[in-house]
Amino acid sequence: MSVKVQVQTTINNEPVEFLCEPRQSLLECLRDIVGLTGTKEGCGDGNCGSCTVKLGDRIVTSCLVLGVEAAGESITTVEGLAHGSTLHPLQKAFLDHAALQCGICTPGFLIAADALLQKHPHPTEEQTRFWLSNNLCRCTGYDKIVRAVQAAAIEINGAAQ
Amino acid sequence: MKAFDYAAPASLPEAVGLLASQPSARLLAGGTDLLVQLRSGRKDADVVIDVKKIPELNEISFNPADGLTIGAAVPCYRLTADAAIQSHYPALVEVASWIGGTQIQGRASLGGNLCNSAPSADSIPLLIALGATALIAGPAGRRSVPVDEFCTAPGRNQLAPGELLVSIQIPAPAPFSGAAYLRFIPRNEMDIAVVGAGASVTLSNGVISAARVALSSVAPTPLFVPAAGESLLNQMPTAEALEAAAKIAQEAASPISDMRGTAAYRRHLCAVMVRRALELAVARAQEIN
Ligand SMILES: Cc1cc2nc3c(=O)[nH]c(=O)nc-3n(C[C@H](O)[C@H](O)[C@H](O)COP(=O)(O)OP(=O)(O)OC[C@H]3O[C@@H](n4cnc5c(N)ncnc54)[C@H](O)[C@@H]3O)c2cc1C
Ligand code: FES
Ligand code: FES
Repeated sequence: MSVKVQVQTTINNEPVEFLCEPRQSLLECLRDIVGLTGTKEGCGDGNCGSCTVKLGDRIVTSCLVLGVEAAGESITTVEGLAHGSTLHPLQKAFLDHAALQCGICTPGFLIAADALLQKHPHPTEEQTRFWLSNNLCRCTGYDKIVRAVQAAAIEINGAAQ
Repeated sequence: MKAFDYAAPASLPEAVGLLASQPSARLLAGGTDLLVQLRSGRKDADVVIDVKKIPELNEISFNPADGLTIGAAVPCYRLTADAAIQSHYPALVEVASWIGGTQIQGRASLGGNLCNSAPSADSIPLLIALGATALIAGPAGRRSVPVDEFCTAPGRNQLAPGELLVSIQIPAPAPFSGAAYLRFIPRNEMDIAVVGAGASVTLSNGVISAARVALSSVAPTPLFVPAAGESLLNQMPTAEALEAAAKIAQEAASPISDMRGTAAYRRHLCAVMVRRALELAVARAQEIN
């Protein structure tokens, strides 16, 4: 085992310090060390997107990031979306549109969709599907997810001009 | 994943020194190839050297005289957002938005795509078509290698032990030139190319004065086909001329059969994809400027 490294980072706007081995993924660090288990592991190789988090100004699959790389960065996980007990409009739209069944893909879709709406306030269906192509869902067939994201876009940013 | 140490040198000399003293080190850019390979045990490392803190590897710079320099570790999402790349190299924006999906593009670099040297690497045929060179640094100093000579076998390239890729340099686009990369994949995104084709064309008074063609997924390395481009010289960009160039590229391919397609299917696709990539490159050469 190699020497553990102290990592100082910001998670959901809170300063966080954790100790990890260099070989540990950011996903492992979040779940097993920091105790934020909202971020899920599906494939472990970058394909399914269930481990998606925001890292700095873009989203990444946290299974393909080393925990040590998070030093000095700012991370948003699904736990950072709601305000206290008030759900984020995306979370509410996912519930309203039944955009989840088993729910393992949901945290990744929420983080990815949040980044989409920051870039495209009113994404077209095609933009939505293309942006979310790094997220897999085995349950819903995607249509409900796309509709939920578009409904949340209107909720957050008003009707498209 | 097997245990390793981690280092993040802040300068090129420091990185080169570290690499020289650590024979079993691996370089980490976005990790979208490396971390998958380390986790599956296909590769191992005693030390992982993160190159993303080295300023030169993080730069994008363009000027109309020298062209474009892309630091080896710049992730795709920065390429697609760059105004100079958007206006001068639209095909590069396309390829950077096709590597993996949004999250992969948040990490994946063209330097990593090149150094991983997969036969299917999407950026390489376009880099070849654009006449790109790889700037390399090592214990003996710096050297440049044309991207069309960089890959030597699946997963292998011209980098000698102790060397690393600093940047990819792409000449400024000539007036009345255009480039394109097209790939054929079973899904619309997030898949490995069955065949990919890169092409560039320069027109002088409506006649082709330069052209380059390269393919992916049809040979042990990304494949530069000089004869295909040369066949177009001094020709008008007619359907017949482009078709003939595509046939030459098809002849040069030596595809294998695998789960994504048979060799015969790939050979057929070579001609189709090269023709379409040439058509798009010509259209861009005619429309810009
Ligand atoms: C889900 C998924 C989808 C993908 N889809 C595509 C796709 O559509 N098209 C495609 O072409 N690829 C695809 N890939 C593969 C991969 O994302 C690309 O090859 C990517 O460009 C690699 O870049 P990176 O920065 O992540 O490289 P890394 O993984 O960091 O490095 C790749 C290799 O290059 C070496 N290296 C890195 N930097 C340097 C340097 N400066 N000097 C010398 N060596 C260096 C590393 O040691 C390693 O061997 C996909 C991967 C995943 C996980
Ligand atoms: S667990 Fe990270 S992409 Fe599947
Ligand atoms: S809800 Fe089950 S995988 Fe998406």
